[in-house]
Amino acid sequence: MSEQAVSNGPLPVVPYLKGAGTEDPYLEGLKCSACDAIFLGARSTCSKCGARDQLKATRLENKGKLYSYSIVYRSFPGIDVPYISAIVDLDGGGTIKGNLIGIEADPANLSFDMALDVVYGDALGRKDKAGNSYISYFFKPAV
Amino acid sequence: MSDVYVVGVDMIKFGRFPEKTVPQIGSEAALMALDDAGLTIQDMQALYCGNLGQANAMVGQRILQEIGQTGISVVNCANACATGATAFREAWMSIKAGVFDCVLAVGVEQMGRGLLGGGGGGEGIPKEGLLGSGTMPAVFAEAGMEHARKYGTTFEQFAKVSVKNHHHSTLNPKAMYQIETPLDTVMNAEMISYPNTKLMCSVNVDGSAAAVLVSEKKAKELGMGRAVKIKASVLASDPYSDRDLVMPDVNAVTRIAAKQAYEMAGIGPEDVDLVELHDCFATAEILHYENLGLCADGEAGRMIDDGEVALGGRVPVNVSGGLLSKGHPLGATGIANIYEVCTHLRGEAGDRQVDGAKVGMTHVIGLGSACGIHILEKVA
Repeated sequence: MSEQAVSNGPLPVVPYLKGAGTEDPYLEGLKCSACDAIFLGARSTCSKCGARDQLKATRLENKGKLYSYSIVYRSFPGIDVPYISAIVDLDGGGTIKGNLIGIEADPANLSFDMALDVVYGDALGRKDKAGNSYISYFFKPAV
Repeated sequence: MSDVYVVGVDMIKFGRFPEKTVPQIGSEAALMALDDAGLTIQDMQALYCGNLGQANAMVGQRILQEIGQTGISVVNCANACATGATAFREAWMSIKAGVFDCVLAVGVEQMGRGLLGGGGGGEGIPKEGLLGSGTMPAVFAEAGMEHARKYGTTFEQFAKVSVKNHHHSTLNPKAMYQIETPLDTVMNAEMISYPNTKLMCSVNVDGSAAAVLVSEKKAKELGMGRAVKIKASVLASDPYSDRDLVMPDVNAVTRIAAKQAYEMAGIGPEDVDLVELHDCFATAEILHYENLGLCADGEAGRMIDDGEVALGGRVPVNVSGGLLSKGHPLGATGIANIYEVCTHLRGEAGDRQVDGAKVGMTHVIGLGSACGIHILEKVA
């Protein structure tokens, strides 16, 4: 038995997914007060301008546009294919990568800059060794 | 500072050698390069060894344990797919600095099969197929689709890169494969990560390549007959870019390195007679026509359509067959590219010879990222 306790609620798939298990999950970026660059994940120095201790937490928007993608047909055992690996520019800044769901994985259905929503849900049933479930983010065509 | 010359260079035929050790594979190319130079390990003052898979296992010293333990300085380098170019550049720098006159650079790799990248790491649960894909075919597909977004580049144009490089490899006995792959074969091959089919992904192979680098003084002593001059050696890292956290930018790092290399060599892209560039995936090659200044931005699709980058074209690219068909043993690739260009500059490339080649360029990208570029010039 792992020493890691099973938590009460689901855990966030990445540390910058906040509010996992609440009604209001969101992604949090770090914005440099000196140059406005936006980062994901903890850091103390801006790699764009080099400013130190100028990074402030900022709530990223749950809307964005498709910047680039690939449709993945060959992956590792146990991973369902095909799926769309999407790179999405969020409205208001920040770029994230994730699975685009709710649309057939066919280039004919995808257009650059199509509007997407960031949605949150169970991490495809994946659990860690301690049995914890996880909340992940996904993209869906905007409604 | 002395100019630096390549006086010996060679590579083994790439293939799969599970029965051999990494140092054994590296030793083969090392001895071939020494023979090509007409020198022995006793003449070498230092060894710069590039290998990724056993980066913590003293591969350079173990090569000397195979071919001659002379007590010389050994440096082991790891720099992703720029590993071989980095080892070569360290060798170049040691002569530039005036520390040595005659050194050996070796690149070697023994690869497994299958997908690279996307292995996960980090805490919690695996992210592959959940937060997109980190596999190399997908990462370079996304980079290619960025080009499609900007310029309307098509799946067919990307596929033509693979047709060309596989054709070139039929003329290269040291390539892993010598098989023609017509356009419909490439486009109908198993889709790995759209738009990269299986035939648009580089081949995982074992291989090694090596070069003997010398100072001008030493080159004159040995005779300049087959010497090749190193006109530029550059290594760049990835500058900040807005999407770098989720989408490695292989363009900006190449543009930095290319600009420096042309300045160092005192030439422009129009002076380059052949290029060996990092076609780890067919999508990647298209990007680098523009990144290396071989054409204007947005013209790469036209360039492949018009055959300008094929053998016999305006500036042949990857006449060796490239990583797509010659194969991509990560740590060896950067020196194997240099072997290819030197062979053309020496007029010894046989059926695939680029006629009248006087100046050639090599380019590699290690994701993470490192870009190594060398410009080489015919002497005699």
